[in-house]
Amino acid sequence: MNENMFDVIILGGGAAGLTAGIYTSRAKLKTLILNEGVVGGQMVLTDEIANYPGVENIGGFQLARIMKKQAKTFGCTIKSNIKITRMELDGALKTIEVNNKTNYSAKSVILTSGGRARNLNVPGEKEFQGSGISYCATCDGDFFQDKEIIVVGGGNSALEEAVSLTKYASKVTIVHEFDHFQAYPSAVEEAKKNEKIHFIMESTIAAFKGDAALKTAVIRHIPSGKKSDMPIDGVFIFIGYVPNTESFKGLVKMNERLEIITDEDRQTNLDGVFAAGDCIAKRWRQVSTAVADGTIAALSAAEYIAKQE
Amino acid sequence: MLMTELPHLETEAEFNKTIEENENVMVCCGRMGPMCVPVYESMEELEDEYPHVKFVDMDFDIPSAHVIRNLPECAGFMGLPFTVYYKNGKVVKATSSLQSMDQITEILDEEFAK
Repeated sequence: MNENMFDVIILGGGAAGLTAGIYTSRAKLKTLILNEGVVGGQMVLTDEIANYPGVENIGGFQLARIMKKQAKTFGCTIKSNIKITRMELDGALKTIEVNNKTNYSAKSVILTSGGRARNLNVPGEKEFQGSGISYCATCDGDFFQDKEIIVVGGGNSALEEAVSLTKYASKVTIVHEFDHFQAYPSAVEEAKKNEKIHFIMESTIAAFKGDAALKTAVIRHIPSGKKSDMPIDGVFIFIGYVPNTESFKGLVKMNERLEIITDEDRQTNLDGVFAAGDCIAKRWRQVSTAVADGTIAALSAAEYIAKQE
Repeated sequence: MLMTELPHLETEAEFNKTIEENENVMVCCGRMGPMCVPVYESMEELEDEYPHVKFVDMDFDIPSAHVIRNLPECAGFMGLPFTVYYKNGKVVKATSSLQSMDQITEILDEEFAK
């Protein structure tokens, strides 16, 4: 067999992709995982995982390492930090071009490209990342001892992290676009009873300004459109996630949120193309649900290949 | 304790020896947090591709990490990890917070061209 010919190619090396790789490799299907980022996906961005069944408490990084090792043990080939430059997903033989030069082909493809933290995409956001703007309270909270900070967002992450940041900051202002929070009532209640936490509702950040470090957040009141400058030492952004599916546009069917639509077998609209994990249309996004999706997609891919032979 | 496959610098003497004995050094000083881990992973991936660069890490919370924490080039940094690039013992570049593989390779290609 051609060394670039596989039974299954998995695009993405997070929890869903690694799980699919474990299952297809163990089923003796020649499997390749192609991963554009870091193996482990969003798992490695999770400081501590305490709700993954069978494991009392583990760092996301460690869990990802174990899954990667398991997949490799069963014979799965993993290529990470590559760039996928072209995809042909229709037809019996699927082809993936990597780094504009190498083609890999397979009978079946599983899309497990995951998701990423949503950015505000406003002027100054990139410029001040690491010098005032952060996406991780656990990592960077202690740089803001006795400082005044903003937390952007209204979900569970935003409110819980705002409370945890009051260990360091003298004042935390939550800026949220709606007049109510999406977080669980218990998280809202805890934030509201914390004296260090203040709220600016129906507002968003229009821009960040400063010199070497962040100095000002420009806050826009959404109903009136009025903008005001707020002097600030730091901003933590927790406004949800977006699926990494831009490169699949026009190739597989997606919904308006760019999530891939699958059936209960994780089959997409294309024969032999399956999808799993945070990139698909579903309600709950957890390591455990990604693992379940990856398992189903792998078993479905194996069945599809068996039927073709 | 950093749980990476990179060599860990634990003392000031080890740090000095590393930047003295290697022409090109990339030091990632951080914790096992979500912004740091992807940088360590990228460095591990790049070791084979950049054999002329020494890739090392350092725990941000150990006392000897002051050699990175207190660098003038890191003044104003408020996001982990602090990643510092040394050429012939001198700092040529320093970055704060998460850096993508592309951002890292761009710096390596620019500062440590073969």
